[in-house]
Amino acid sequence: MTIKRTLSLVAAATFSMSALAWQPSGKVECIAPSDPGGGWDFTCRSAGNVLRELGLIDGTVQTVNMAGAGGGVAFAHTVSKRAEDDQLIVAASTATTTRLAQKQFPGLNADMVNWVGALGADYGVIAVGKNSEYQDLNQLLDAVNENPKSVKFAGGSARGGWDHLKVLIAAKAAGADQLPSIPYLSYNNGGEAMTQVVGGQVDAFTGDLSEVTGFMASGDLRVLAVLADERLPGDFAHIPTAKEQGVDAVGPNWRGFYMPKGASQESKTYWANTVDTLYASEEWKKIMKANGLIPFHPPAGEFDSFVRQQVQDIEALSREIGLLK
Amino acid sequence: METLGFLMDGFAVALTPYNLMFALFGAFAGTLIGCMPGLGPANGVAILIPLAFTLGLPPETAMILLTSVYAGAMYGGRISSILLNIPGDEPAMMTCLDGYPMARKGRAADALAISAIASFSGGLIGTVGLIMLAPVLAKFALSFGPAEYFALFLLAFATLGGITGKNPMKTVIAATLGIMISTVGIDISTGTQRYTFGVLELYEGIDFILAIVGLFAISELLFFVESRMGHGREKVSVGKLTLSFRELVSTIPTQLRGGVLGFISGVLPGAGASLGSFISYTLEKQVLGRKGRFGEGDIRGVVAPEAGNNGASSGALVPMLTLGVPGSGTTAVLLAMLISLNITPGPLMFTQNADIVWGVIAALLIGNVLLLLLNIPLVGVFVRLLSVPPMYLLPIVTMVAFVGIYSISNSTFDLYFMVAFGIAGYFLRKLEIPVVPIILGLLLGPEMEKNLGHALVLSDGDWSILWASTLAKSFWLVAGLSLVLPYLVGPLLRRRMNAAMKESPVSD
Repeated sequence: MTIKRTLSLVAAATFSMSALAWQPSGKVECIAPSDPGGGWDFTCRSAGNVLRELGLIDGTVQTVNMAGAGGGVAFAHTVSKRAEDDQLIVAASTATTTRLAQKQFPGLNADMVNWVGALGADYGVIAVGKNSEYQDLNQLLDAVNENPKSVKFAGGSARGGWDHLKVLIAAKAAGADQLPSIPYLSYNNGGEAMTQVVGGQVDAFTGDLSEVTGFMASGDLRVLAVLADERLPGDFAHIPTAKEQGVDAVGPNWRGFYMPKGASQESKTYWANTVDTLYASEEWKKIMKANGLIPFHPPAGEFDSFVRQQVQDIEALSREIGLLK
Repeated sequence: METLGFLMDGFAVALTPYNLMFALFGAFAGTLIGCMPGLGPANGVAILIPLAFTLGLPPETAMILLTSVYAGAMYGGRISSILLNIPGDEPAMMTCLDGYPMARKGRAADALAISAIASFSGGLIGTVGLIMLAPVLAKFALSFGPAEYFALFLLAFATLGGITGKNPMKTVIAATLGIMISTVGIDISTGTQRYTFGVLELYEGIDFILAIVGLFAISELLFFVESRMGHGREKVSVGKLTLSFRELVSTIPTQLRGGVLGFISGVLPGAGASLGSFISYTLEKQVLGRKGRFGEGDIRGVVAPEAGNNGASSGALVPMLTLGVPGSGTTAVLLAMLISLNITPGPLMFTQNADIVWGVIAALLIGNVLLLLLNIPLVGVFVRLLSVPPMYLLPIVTMVAFVGIYSISNSTFDLYFMVAFGIAGYFLRKLEIPVVPIILGLLLGPEMEKNLGHALVLSDGDWSILWASTLAKSFWLVAGLSLVLPYLVGPLLRRRMNAAMKESPVSD
């Protein structure tokens, strides 16, 4: 009797082991390639919390901040020192792909890591002050088409950075040909740039949706378009997309992870599935809602090709405006 | 009335036990740092920045801690002025003039008590001024375009050498050093890398928190190691409190005048607390004329500068919070902290980070009350701490600095940089090159460059946009005056201010 029970326990244990396949044991690290408080830091910390709450991971997920070179230091660290680490994920976003595309991490490229998956996105918007003459995206882009210098844009990234690229993506989709002539004023962050647009010093703002919610609610800023495939859910349903105005421009600033290329196949499968489970959970939906993240999650297997496509697109665009030779 | 609502929300933030605890700790530590000769508020705040990172404090708590240190240091500066005739920091210089004679007459306790009360009313007046002026100025700041900002930053640089700088040339050298350091990293208006030599760690530029902690805290440690290792100061007795109520009431007009004047001089960029205490003292002397016995231990000679420098310390927060232009060295350090907490000062902060702004302002009010309570009954404790040998404090400060800086980004590279800045700071201060302008150059240089570029993009390359608006014109005018005036009145002021100086402290 006792023997029989023991045997069945062993059998059960063996069965569950094989069902779970590979699982991380002990400490799991999530590198946030920024100082505490930024977007990548948020990705690591909130994903880590939900993973623990859901019991997807036995121990804890430790967030390690590794700032520098806009993610370059962490990228180089992953490629060179942690190339075979099964228990490491690194937070990334469109900012990472932009810098990779523009060769801002010397000697490094997108093929050197394994792209795990996305956990949502913050969509790009183009907005003007409440007293602006432009009522919709087409009026604004028509003015740009007529005279590229007539509309000045302000955004929170450096020249050639993601905020700047969104303007160029939209202008290109609307048929503008003199992309490098479109004036773009770069500020340290979206907030500073928005202040100038609200104050009437600069014509239009380019940034992410989560940045404009305050001024949009107060009526100081008119959002002309969100660069998404279709209208966003909830409070943002009233914002027209660029697509429905006839401008085929999409600009998701996704948030997600990459991991070392040399990690075992089992761990790669494990992390891809875990991110899927995490994304589907109620807990994560709450976090997305609270932080203005919009659903965005290419199915497992397609994320890698999405990232590559994005890198290629950005590279082509950067070449066109002369940022890349 | 809207303001009052925000202020109430601010109190709700500042009065949580957690934040209140840090405000109390900050007030205590600030007073202690302030009364150490040579350690001014800028050093005090710089020393505690790593602590905020070590403890992983949320932004509002971190800012409450640091502003409490700032206010506390302004209180603490007077203690050694009165007891030892050595100003704890530069703004406390004027307090020596009548404070020390009072102490020699056996009225040290009275001088300490009345100066604490004067500090309180000065701080209170300054904070009320801040509450009334800041939201108005923040709204007004929306009308600032790149050209206006450029002129404003120019004004800030022009006032730098101003009144407190001893040698204008050295100030210029220091500011230039700061600007040079700030050019390292990505240039956001072109997207290209400058002076990074392919070193990934340099791509985002040099973090000013590193520079601040290195230049202020680490270099201070080196100074301690060099000169004051080992023995503490001799104990000083304070005596009994004999201050009468009538005497207290008689100083009220002085307190009011000092606080208001201090606040105004604090709001002006570049002038800061030293000017506040100086003007208050001089005016008081002129108002009272022969009726006072200034320089011989007149109680109003203690009240005026103390009310003045505490009023100025709150006033200096106005341009920092509303425009992102620091009015003094300490507010420059606070500004750097705000930026590294991902908060952009300016009009937006008053709406988007209202809890932080108003939490800090409420904490200033609470801090002033705490400081008054700390400084009257507990003044004996501070006096005793003044005689603690630095060998006990030194290792603590060193440890906190290293742990804190490391915990920001987990990079040993940053630690090397901090130490390098510390050693550089030590030699610069040996050469009497002030370190505050370096920080200002580091903070303001890139902003000025950025706004110049933006203004020229907006005007399609027409330089006249820089002085097109009335606002910009008036900034240019004031900037011009600030460059010229110090040569006319500066030497006079400085001679008088230095009369009381024996040991040269770091500027505020």
